[in-house]
Amino acid sequence: MKFVDEFRDPEMARALLDKIHAIVAEIPKCQDKPLQIMEVCGGHTHSIFRYGLEALLPKQIELVHGPGCPVCVLPMGRVDDCVAIAEQTDVIFTTFGDAMRVPGSRKSLQQAKAEGCDVRMVYSPMDALQLARQHPDKRVVFFGLGFETTMPSTALTLLQAEKEGIDNFYLFCNHITIIPTIKAILDSPDMYIDGFLGPGHVSMVIGQAPYEFISSQYNRPLVVAGFEPLDVLQSLYMLLLQIRDGEARIENQYKRIVPEGGNSQALQALAQVFELREFFEWRGLGSIDHSGVQLRQAYARYDAEKQFVVPNLKIADPKSCQCGEVLKGVLKPWECKVFGKQCTPEVPLGALMVSTEGACSAYYSYGKIDAANI
Amino acid sequence: MTQKAKRTLTAKTITMAHGSGGKAMRDLIEDVFVSVFDNEDLNALEDQARFDLAELQAEGAQLAFTTDSYVVDPVIFPGGNIGTLAINGTVNDLAVSGAIPRYLSCSMILEEGLDVELLRQVVASMRQAADEAGVTIVTGDTKVVPKGKGDKIFINTSGIGVIPRGVNIAATRSQPGDKVIVNGFVGDHGAAILNARGDLALEVELQTDCQPLHRLVQAMLEVCPDLHAVRDASRGGVATVLNEFAETAEVAIRLYEQQIPVRTEVRGVCEILGLDALYFANEGKLVATVPADKADAVLAAMRSTAEGRDAAIIGEVITGRAGRVTVQTGFGGERIMDMLVGEQLPRIC
Repeated sequence: MKFVDEFRDPEMARALLDKIHAIVAEIPKCQDKPLQIMEVCGGHTHSIFRYGLEALLPKQIELVHGPGCPVCVLPMGRVDDCVAIAEQTDVIFTTFGDAMRVPGSRKSLQQAKAEGCDVRMVYSPMDALQLARQHPDKRVVFFGLGFETTMPSTALTLLQAEKEGIDNFYLFCNHITIIPTIKAILDSPDMYIDGFLGPGHVSMVIGQAPYEFISSQYNRPLVVAGFEPLDVLQSLYMLLLQIRDGEARIENQYKRIVPEGGNSQALQALAQVFELREFFEWRGLGSIDHSGVQLRQAYARYDAEKQFVVPNLKIADPKSCQCGEVLKGVLKPWECKVFGKQCTPEVPLGALMVSTEGACSAYYSYGKIDAANI
Repeated sequence: MTQKAKRTLTAKTITMAHGSGGKAMRDLIEDVFVSVFDNEDLNALEDQARFDLAELQAEGAQLAFTTDSYVVDPVIFPGGNIGTLAINGTVNDLAVSGAIPRYLSCSMILEEGLDVELLRQVVASMRQAADEAGVTIVTGDTKVVPKGKGDKIFINTSGIGVIPRGVNIAATRSQPGDKVIVNGFVGDHGAAILNARGDLALEVELQTDCQPLHRLVQAMLEVCPDLHAVRDASRGGVATVLNEFAETAEVAIRLYEQQIPVRTEVRGVCEILGLDALYFANEGKLVATVPADKADAVLAAMRSTAEGRDAAIIGEVITGRAGRVTVQTGFGGERIMDMLVGEQLPRIC
C-alpha cells in the first residue's frame, strides 16, 4: 500500500537497527544504566508494540511509555459526568469509539448505552453535528477528547454550529494539552529521562517551538517522530546521535507531515474557541496546572459543563494503582502490584490498562506478561 | 406429490397480523417462503421435516448438526445480504467438520413494518445460495415482533450434514509442526459491513466474501484425509479461531504477518481506523492446521478451487506456552495476538 509500505520496509528497518546497535556502543554512560527514552504519545506506544520493536532494540535502551494517550488519562470523575449527561432523556451522547470502555466510578459509557442511554460512536465531531441537525428535538452532546490532534476538528465543528445557528449541539470538553504534562514529568524528582520522542500529530498542529524549553531549560533532546516503525527507529537513531554528541536539540523527523511552525489555521481556530483551564485532573498523574482547555465565555451556550448539571466530583484513583510511577518510568508496567492481577484489559483499574494505546494494556496484550510471571 | 402454494401476499409491509397464526400468516408463509424454497418436505407443510435414515447412513458415519443466528446490520450489503449469510454461515459450520451439508431449517423473526419486497429479496437470495451449496430448506418458522423490538429481519438457520467415514477433524488435534493455512484474503466481510454502514464515507469497493466452503474442505480431504483442525473464521476473525485452536490443543501458534493475505482496501480501512483485519469477521474463509508433510499438497488442492484460489500458509503450530498465539512482524519483531476484549473499537488518534 502506497505511503504505508515504504515506512515498514524490513530491509531498511534492519539497517537502522544495525546503526542503532552500533551507536549505542559509542555512548559510555548507557553501558551500566540503560538510557531512558520516553515516547510521549500513545500512538508511538501502539506502533512499538504492534511491530515488536522493543525486543529488537539494544538492552541499553529502555523505552518509557509516556502519558500521551488521552483515553487513558481521562479521570473517572469526568467519565461519571459523561454518564450523567448521557442519562438525561433528551440527550444523544456522542463519543469516539475507544472512550466507550473507560470505566467511571459507577459505569462506563458502554454500560450506560446497554442500560438504555442513547450513546453513539462517531468518527468525527462533524458526525455529531449532523446528528444535531437530524434530531432538532434532542440535545446532542459531543465528548471532546484528545490533545491538539483532535482539538482543531472540535473547534471547527463548533464554529460551524455557530454559523448555522444550530442550538441543540453541545461540547463536553475534555481536551488536554501535552506541554505542561511533559514539564510536570521533567520536574518530578524521581524521574530520569534521557530524551523524548515527540508526538507527531500534536506537532503537526502546534509546530516545534513549544518544545524548545525541553532543550533550553532541561537540557534534553526531543525528536518529533512519525508513527510508522521506520519513523520510530529513525527518530530513535536521531536521539541517540544527539545523546552521543552531548547535544540537546529539538529535531523533526516527521517532516512530511509536521511543518516547523505548525498549522496556523488550526491554531487560529483553537485560539478563537478555547482557553486554558487553571488546572485539569489526569488519571495517574493528578492535577496539572494549565493542562486542559475549556470553551471561552463567548461559546458558553455550547458548553455542556455549563448547560448540564453534572456531578463534577473528583474521584481518586484506586490506592493500589501505580500508573503514576509507570508513566514517569520509575516502574515497569509488570512491576506494578496489580498488573495482570486485579488490573487487566477486561477490568482495568488504572489509566494505562484502559486503551490499547496505554502502556500496561499494550504490555498485557502484546507480549510482556511473561515478564510479570503471571 | 408436491403441493404448490396457492395463497398470495398482497400486503406491502409486515404487520403483527402476519405473525398471528391466521390467514395473513398463511399468505406470508406460502407466498413468500414455501413458493420460493419449494421442495417436497417443506411443501407438505407439516410441523417437521422427515428424513430417511437409511439413505443418510449410506452416505457417511456421523451426522453433523449446527445452528446459528443472523442479525447483521445493514440487511443488504455489497456482495450479499442477511439471507446469503444465513445459508452459507450454517453450511460452513457444517462444512468445516468435513460434513456434506444436506438440510437446513429457516426461522425468521420479522419486525413489524418490514418492507415485504426486501423480505422477498432476502428469501430469493436464500434459495439461490441454498442451490449453490446443494442444501434444501426443509422446515421453518416465522414470528413477527412489534416495531422497535427487533431490527428488520433476524434469521436462525440450523443445519444437518453427513460426515464421511474416516474423517476426524477437531480443534484438539493441532500439534507442533502443523502448518496453518487460510483459504484467501482475510477481513473482507468485516470491512465491507463496516463500510456499508455508511458512517465512514470511504470511497472503496469492498465486498463480502460470503461463500460455501464444503467443496473446498472436500478437496482438502481428498489429498489429506487426516486434516487436523478446520474452523470457519467468522465472528472474531482468524485471530479468534487460532486462539481457540491453541487453547483447545494446548499448543502455541506462530503466524508470519507478511504471508497473511489482506486486500489493500481492507488494510486501508484498518489503517484509517486503527483496527486489525485478523479480528474482522469473514463469511467464506476457513483456517486449518495441516500435517507439515501434507501442507503443500493441501495448499495446491485448495488453490485449484474457486473458494481457495488465494490460499496461503500463514504460520505454524509450535511447542511453547499453551494457548499463546504470536505474530512475527516483517522485521523479526514478535507480538502476541490475544483474544479480543469486547469489540474492536476505532482508536481516537
